[in-house]
Amino acid sequence: MQLAATIILDGFVYAAWLFIVAVGLTLVFGVMKILNVAHGQFYSIGAYATASLVGLWFAQGLAPVGAYLMMVVAALLSGLIVGFVLERFILRYIYGRDEVVGALATYAVFLILEDAVRLSWGTGAFLAPQPRELLGISSLGELTISNYDLFLIAVAIVVGLLFWWGLNRTRLGRLLRAVIHDREMAQAFGVNVNKMFTITFIIGGILGALGGALTAPVISVSPGIGVEVIVLAFAVVVIGGMGSVGGALIGALIVGVARAMAVHLAPNLELFVIYAVMAAVLAFRPFGLFAPAGARKI
Amino acid sequence: MRITFRHALLAGALCAMAGGALAQETMRVGIVTFITGPGAGPFGIPARDAAQIIIEAINAGSLPAPYNSKGIGGAQVEMILVDEAGPATQVVQEYRNLVERRNVDAVVGYVSSGNCLGVAPVAEELKKLTVFFDCGTPRIFEESPKQFVFRTAAHAVMDNVAAARYILQRTPNLKSYAGINQNYAWGQDSWRDFTLAMQALRPGSKVTTEQWPKLMAGQFNSEISALLLSNADVVHTSLWGGDLESFIVQASGRQLEKKSKVLHTAGEQIMFRMADKIPNGTIMGARGPYGVFARDNELNRWFQVQYRAKAGVPPIYAAYHMANGLFGLKAAADKAMKAAGKRPTQDQIIKAFEGLEFEAPGLTVRMALSKGHQAVTETAIGTYQYDPATKTGKLVDVVRYPAECVNPPDGVDSISWLKGGMKGAKCQ
Repeated sequence: MQLAATIILDGFVYAAWLFIVAVGLTLVFGVMKILNVAHGQFYSIGAYATASLVGLWFAQGLAPVGAYLMMVVAALLSGLIVGFVLERFILRYIYGRDEVVGALATYAVFLILEDAVRLSWGTGAFLAPQPRELLGISSLGELTISNYDLFLIAVAIVVGLLFWWGLNRTRLGRLLRAVIHDREMAQAFGVNVNKMFTITFIIGGILGALGGALTAPVISVSPGIGVEVIVLAFAVVVIGGMGSVGGALIGALIVGVARAMAVHLAPNLELFVIYAVMAAVLAFRPFGLFAPAGARKI
Repeated sequence: MRITFRHALLAGALCAMAGGALAQETMRVGIVTFITGPGAGPFGIPARDAAQIIIEAINAGSLPAPYNSKGIGGAQVEMILVDEAGPATQVVQEYRNLVERRNVDAVVGYVSSGNCLGVAPVAEELKKLTVFFDCGTPRIFEESPKQFVFRTAAHAVMDNVAAARYILQRTPNLKSYAGINQNYAWGQDSWRDFTLAMQALRPGSKVTTEQWPKLMAGQFNSEISALLLSNADVVHTSLWGGDLESFIVQASGRQLEKKSKVLHTAGEQIMFRMADKIPNGTIMGARGPYGVFARDNELNRWFQVQYRAKAGVPPIYAAYHMANGLFGLKAAADKAMKAAGKRPTQDQIIKAFEGLEFEAPGLTVRMALSKGHQAVTETAIGTYQYDPATKTGKLVDVVRYPAECVNPPDGVDSISWLKGGMKGAKCQ
């Protein structure tokens, strides 16, 4: 019983983190048809910005609870500034081209941003554990758990609900869905697609940066953290179906629980299990579990 | 003045002679370490800083005795720095470039065990003197003997045998242990050596769980749950860099240290950076008697002062490992020059290097294993204690182990030695 509860809890914590990171990636692909490889750098910049701002906050001796505000500010600023600059000055020139061009261009951006991060923050590592420490610990039977992990699950639920509400209950969401369904038709009906693209990319960037901001209190923020993340986020998005927000949620849950099971029951398989799940899903559903149905064009 | 053909010929000849003389008096040394990527902060940059300090001092002749002669084997050293980051295939290609295009006379490098395993056969193929300064896997020489490759730091067997001896001395009733190690050569070898040492020293002790996170995973939530549930007396880990720091933050946040003693074989690298984050009672090694474990000798005093002046922090073991590599190369080349009476050839340096005993900051290094190509040193392990008053950490209850106690004898491979109960170990 203890083991089962631990596997579910660990799986959900990991899934929550994966969902927050992957949902921005799948949104950008769904709307813009660009596989944004640079998404990992939004994560990285969000984490570095959080480590810097949280460190600064505590160095000033300000109220500890403000550290959470700093995390949100770091995510918003990182996503907004970097997202706007990339969309306006790079991506805008590749719209309508083959999807491979988008992947290659954003990969180049990924490498450039990796160096930019190194130039800005150096090669050393940064720690910002205070937001995690502030929330304390709880017990689950024999297990000590960090309340921050539960907080991550709560944030993922809020992000998911906001997404659902935003896409289904707001005008902007309806416009985005129209663009996702058929870009040309939406444009013909007067939707400003370029504006939608800018907004989408910035939201995607903020979500990537939010993933980094929420992770900064848990890890050592050091060069290269964006590389692992983009690979995992890509696996989640592929499992769920590229462009599907619901798919990202299910993909994150499958990967999270599968990984937790591997860690607890067969640790030697941990390295392999995520990709095994991805391969198994693609063998039966080549476009992922919840790939949006594409309109046939003639 | 009218320049005639004869003038041009004379000038050309003079330039060629000058160039030849310069080439004769310069030793090009490739320094390979992580300048970018996750290995840069904890290892690569400290090693690079150490290399720059030492090579500058070698060229100026300002090192303490016995290294106070200028140059290496009489030649000024030209340092060619190469980034170790990238997949092993790229690292091997960069090695080929160093040897075949940039014509280095020797290479001192490599942090990653995977990279050392990749480079070693190529060094033999290209017949180039290569000194591994940091990587830990014992497989380098045990899988096949090498003629052109040396390693001036002890391999990871020493770290894990010393760790097993220390933990058993401090935990007499130990019944079980667990491990979390990165899933690649370094982590796999470290765990294998530790478990074999434990089986030899405490037969019947049980492994409760062994965790294999991916290199640079950063997130260890599930693994820490598994360790907490396993209720092991001791948790062994060889994590390094960002993974090590992340693990300490996450594990101490969930009070792993209250259930198990945590043992970091390579923990010294973060004890200054994470002073108040490391739980008291954590057991730490430094992959040899380096950093806070270094003995007081003139070279160590010099190194500490110079390194702090350059980097602003005390040197950690990666910096000491680089010092070993460069001092070993200089000691071998100077010895060869003394014997030859002129600038030595590569073969003469190699001959002098084999079985060499040389001084380095804080220790004596003996090239005692694998026909004189693999170093052994003493080692030390201690227990971490944080002092809130000074906001610094220190290692207490330090135990030193002589090289013969924690390294296999020459001619015996590590696994056979460990499985055979570490026969011949001299610990007194």
